[in-house]
Amino acid sequence: MPKVVEDVTCPFCGTLCDDISITVSDDNKKILQVRNACAIGAEKFNHTKEPGRITRPRIRQPDGSYREGTYDEAIEFTARMLVKSRKTLMYGWANTSCQAMSIGHEIAEKVGGIVDNCATVCHGSSLIAIQDVGIPSCTLGEIKNRADRVIFWGCNPAHAHPRHMSRYSIFPRGFFTTKGHKGRIIYCVDCRKTDTSNMADRFIQVEQGHDYELLNAFRTAARGEPLPDFIGGVPKEKVYGTVEELKTGRFGVIFFGMGLTHTLGRNHNIDIAISFTRDMNEFTKFNIIAMRGHWNVTGSGQVLSWQYGFPYAVDLSRRNKARYQTGETTSVDLLTRNEVEATFYIATDPGAHFPIDAMISSSKKPSVTVDPHITPTTELADVHIPVAMVGVETGGCAYRMDNVPIETRKVVEPPEGMLTDEQLLTRILHRVDELLGETRAQWPTAKAPHEAGKVTGGAK
Amino acid sequence: MTKKITLNMITCRSIKQGVGIEAGKTSQKYFDACSIIEMHPDDIRELGIIPNTNVKVTTPVGSVIVKAVVPRQAHYPGLGHIPMGPWANRIVSAYTYSTGEPCFKGFPAEVEPAPNERILGAVEVVKDACGLLRKG
Repeated sequence: MPKVVEDVTCPFCGTLCDDISITVSDDNKKILQVRNACAIGAEKFNHTKEPGRITRPRIRQPDGSYREGTYDEAIEFTARMLVKSRKTLMYGWANTSCQAMSIGHEIAEKVGGIVDNCATVCHGSSLIAIQDVGIPSCTLGEIKNRADRVIFWGCNPAHAHPRHMSRYSIFPRGFFTTKGHKGRIIYCVDCRKTDTSNMADRFIQVEQGHDYELLNAFRTAARGEPLPDFIGGVPKEKVYGTVEELKTGRFGVIFFGMGLTHTLGRNHNIDIAISFTRDMNEFTKFNIIAMRGHWNVTGSGQVLSWQYGFPYAVDLSRRNKARYQTGETTSVDLLTRNEVEATFYIATDPGAHFPIDAMISSSKKPSVTVDPHITPTTELADVHIPVAMVGVETGGCAYRMDNVPIETRKVVEPPEGMLTDEQLLTRILHRVDELLGETRAQWPTAKAPHEAGKVTGGAK
Repeated sequence: MTKKITLNMITCRSIKQGVGIEAGKTSQKYFDACSIIEMHPDDIRELGIIPNTNVKVTTPVGSVIVKAVVPRQAHYPGLGHIPMGPWANRIVSAYTYSTGEPCFKGFPAEVEPAPNERILGAVEVVKDACGLLRKG
C-alpha cells in the first residue's frame, strides 16, 4: 500500500521548503504524488520516475561516442586525472550535501585543486560586498513573524523562488504580523514589470544598470539631503516618499537578487544596498537577505568558510595554504585564461550556465562530470558518473538562503547499484590516496602534496 | 536589406526555465522555455517579422538563433531577454571585471530576422561552439 512521507525538504531553490508531502509506492521505489511543492519542486521529484535515466557511468571512446562503463573504471580515471593534473578546477557543489562537499575538499587538498561553487556566477558579488562591509541580516522566520516593509530589489521570486512569498515574505500571518499581506507594504524595484511586481504595493521601475545610483539616492534621502529631479529614471519625489514610508515601518527587509549582482557595478551594488540597510537601522529595524538560487549553494559557502576561511573560489594548489582572489581563482576567469589542467564538475551544469568562451576552454581539457542527468556538461566530459539525487534518493545537510541548516530526507530508493555523492567521493579519495602512495614509493625524495603540510586558512 | 536592431540584453530566470531544468536539459520543456528571446511587440514589428519567428542575436562573443516571442511579463522597447541557459550564454561575454561574475545583464546585442535558420538543441548549441558538433 502506498505510504505518505511528510515534511520532506525540497531540493531545488534556496528557500528549502520543508513541508512537502510525498506519496511513494509500497516498495519505496516510485514517487506517486507530490503535494505542497511549487511547479519546479514537483517536477524535480517527479523526474526521478522518468524512463531513460542513466544508471551507470559513461566513458568517452576515441570516436567521440560514449560507452557504458563500471563505477570502478570511472573512479580509476577520475583519481588518475586528479593526481596527474597540477591544477584541477573542482566546480559545482551547490546541489549536493554538506557531507559530500567535505569529502570533496579533502580530495582537493591532496591533489591541489581549486574548489569553487555556483556562487561564482550567482551571488559571488554579494559575498565580496559582505566581506567589505558586513551584513545586517536575520532568518526567514523573523521575516514571517515581524516584517512589515518588504523590498524585492532585482529579484523575481514569483519565478525563481515560487513559494518564498507564501511561506515568508508577503502572505503569511506571523506572531507580530497577524494581518498577513494586509499588514505589510511590499516594494519591488526592477527594470521591467514582473510577476513579483504585480504582487507588490509599490513598483519602482529603475533604468537597467542604474541600481547603484538609485540606492545611493535612497541613502541620500534617508539623511534628508537634496537630490536631482530624476535618479535612474525614478523621480525624486518617489524616492523621498518611499524612504519616509520605510522609516515608519517596525521591521524592514531587502531581498536582492541577480538584478544587482549581474549588472555593472556588481559587488558595489550590494555594498551600497547593505550600507542603506545600515543607515535605515538609525530609524527602525532593517535587514537584508540574498535570494540564493541553488538549494545548497549557501551550504557550500558555509563548509568552505569554516574549513578554509573563504566562501568560494578557494585555491588549494599552493599545497599548504588556501588562497582566494576573485578574478584570479574564480572558475570563469581560470577557464578563459586556460589556467587549469583538468576539470571535475559535480552537481552543476556549467555547460548551460557559463559563458561559452569558458566552456570552449573547458572542452579541451580532461573532464569528469558527476550528475544524475544528461546535461550539456556531461556531453562534453570524458567520463560521466551518474549518482543518486540528494534530497530525493539520499539525505544530507543543506543550508537555507538565511544560513539555517536543514536536513534533507531520503524519499525513495535510488536505482539499484547507484552510488551516492558521498560514497563516490569516498571511493575517489581512497584511490587518490593509493596513487599518491605509489608516487611516493617511486620517487621517495619528491614531496607528495599532502606531505607539504596541512592546508590552513589563508586568512591567518 | 535585412533589418537589424540593437537591444539591451538581460538574461534572467523564469519559472518555465526552472521546470525545464528539472524535466531535463534535453527535454522539449527546457528547449521551449530557453531557446527564445523576449522582445517588446514594437521591436518585433520594427524587425518586420511576426511573433514566434526565428531571429539571429549577435554580440562580439558570437551569435545564436532563437525564437522572438512577446513576453508575458511586461517589457519596454529596447530591452531583450533570453532566459538563462546555453542559448543565452552563446552571446554572454566571459569578462568578469575581476569579480568572477560575467556580465549576464546589460550588454548590447544586434537582432536580425532569420526565419529559415534552425534553432539548435541545448547540447548541440554548446557542442557547436566547442567545435564538437558533427555536421550532416
